[in-house]
Amino acid sequence: MSTFEFLLQGLVSAAEPMNLFYALIGVTLGTMVGVLPGIGPATTVALLLPVTYQLDATGSLIMFAGIYYGGMYGGSTTSILLNTPGESASIVTALEGNKMARAGRGGPALATAAIGSFVAGLIATLALAFIAPYIVKLALVFGPREYFALMVLAFVTVSSAFGNSTLRGLTSLFIGLALSLVGIDQLTGQNRLSFGVPDLLDGIEVTTMAVAMFAIGETLFIAAQGAQAPDKIEAIKGSVWMTGQDWARSWKAWLRGTVIGFPIGAMPAGGAEIGTFLSYATEKKLSKHPEEFGNGAIEGVAGPEAANNASAAGTLVPLLTLGLPTSATAAIMLAGFQQYGLQPGPLLFATNPQLVWGLIASLLIANLMLLVLNLPLVGLWVKLLTIPKPWLYAGILVFATLGTIGANPSVFELGMLLVFGLVAYVMRVFDYPIAPVIVGLILGPLAEQQLRRALSISQGDVTVLFTSPIAAVLLLLAATALILPLVLRLRGRGDVLNQMAASED
Amino acid sequence: MSLDTNKTSSERRPDWAALVIAAVLAIVAVVIFVDVSRLTATTGYSPVGPASVPYWIAFGLIGLAIWTVFAAFRRDFPERERQEVSPVLWIVGGLLAQMILIRFAGFSIATGIMFGCAARGFGARRLHISIPVGIIICLAIWWLFAGVLQLSLPAGPLENLLQ
Repeated sequence: MSTFEFLLQGLVSAAEPMNLFYALIGVTLGTMVGVLPGIGPATTVALLLPVTYQLDATGSLIMFAGIYYGGMYGGSTTSILLNTPGESASIVTALEGNKMARAGRGGPALATAAIGSFVAGLIATLALAFIAPYIVKLALVFGPREYFALMVLAFVTVSSAFGNSTLRGLTSLFIGLALSLVGIDQLTGQNRLSFGVPDLLDGIEVTTMAVAMFAIGETLFIAAQGAQAPDKIEAIKGSVWMTGQDWARSWKAWLRGTVIGFPIGAMPAGGAEIGTFLSYATEKKLSKHPEEFGNGAIEGVAGPEAANNASAAGTLVPLLTLGLPTSATAAIMLAGFQQYGLQPGPLLFATNPQLVWGLIASLLIANLMLLVLNLPLVGLWVKLLTIPKPWLYAGILVFATLGTIGANPSVFELGMLLVFGLVAYVMRVFDYPIAPVIVGLILGPLAEQQLRRALSISQGDVTVLFTSPIAAVLLLLAATALILPLVLRLRGRGDVLNQMAASED
Repeated sequence: MSLDTNKTSSERRPDWAALVIAAVLAIVAVVIFVDVSRLTATTGYSPVGPASVPYWIAFGLIGLAIWTVFAAFRRDFPERERQEVSPVLWIVGGLLAQMILIRFAGFSIATGIMFGCAARGFGARRLHISIPVGIIICLAIWWLFAGVLQLSLPAGPLENLLQ
């Protein structure tokens, strides 16, 4: 069958009433949690993953798609109205969006963000559907060494290419890699680092880890800042609708944002924030009203929001076709797949096309649903932000522990949640990034498997890793991504990289 | 963060907290070495066994520990903001209480107490209000997630009343 037929079939299956209902629940829960300050899409997905456990694979993936897109929408609402971006990819949105809200143009800011996200999500999801089969074909010629090289590249870009410090990024990555060793070795069945504790034989649960690191660590960190002046929520004055001029200024920015965001997400470059910064810079340069930038220019909201959503859909390209997560959110999604014994990658397209295309189709539906829901209901989401801080964060902790208890109601699992929450708190205090831990934890065992396979084929000859042209190029890129930032920082050019710092996703 | 300030500053005392981090990284590496050393004998003739990759990761950790020591002496770590201890203790205490109670008190009571403690950490001082409120919220959540979405949340005396 052709891509188009598969997609159509997926749409039909996603449009069944029960599946639409799952999508609706997913979208609503995702927006609700995503709107909470300090919670980005990665945390949202990790918190809500256990909610989907009792459904069948198709239903839960559909709900999952809704949660994912809902979480992203919620994040942009928070950054516009509260100026506390829930995720690094929303920082740029907060720049102009919050200024607009202060000037009483919060409605149009939310509208251009919502419609821009929709347009970008639509185009990017379609692009995903059409590109995926080609990458799957390419992936079939990949052997273990090419996969290993690809994963090394992902490790480097996620941990050290952007951010404040190569040392701290790599340290985070290695903490994740060390934790990924815990449990039974997949190739020989021997147990490593489990110290005779039966709970550790299965390894460390990625969702527990993600919730501990993001939700609990963040809550502890915010609590430790003590009493601060409360954040001011901008009321939405006037109409939420955009004027003709707003439309005229927005649509090109949406399309440009999409074109910038999608390829960046699709490459193993890690994270959506780079695309948002590039889009912002582009809009600023091309705008006829450059003086408005910094004071609430609508293009500065429209472009980056579109870029953000487009690159989020872009990260699904390596995730679905290669099984390679390049952001924390994608890593948690991979954990969700593994929950059902599904390993994303070229084989999944061959063995379970209904599922893959059903997921892609439900992304389209979730996207549409959000547009319909979000603008009319924005008042309701804003009310969530007016909950007093103690109740809000206590509620976040309830949700954080709820997921863990629901997945595995054991005292040991709750203990891990607490211990890693404290680890994440300390890491935050010392400015260590969190995402590399999660990516290292989930990608570590996969990389090890490929490496060991490659080396068994070559009977231990390490040079084999560099003799395949594809692998050599990928490793060369990885080395450049590791060394170039170090050189730039030594020469005092680190500021550019700091601005692109990836703090969460 | 910038390197210049470190070079010009006359202060040459190491960053002790960063040295502690370096020590922790080294300890983790040693734990990996010790645990994995018992595997090597069973590797057999295969050149890369279950112990190889752990060794490399442990070596990586040692390398990072050394790098961290250098950074500590150059005071390369960013300035830390002052941290309030008592809110953190309240939240950790709440999570501990939940962990201990969940087995026999059930989801709502254990999590409700955690809710109260966490709210206390964020400045809601009246535990006699926040704990009952927390228990009621958690009971509603339990009803929604265990009843409607069939998530297995441990039941206690309160949940049994609902069933």
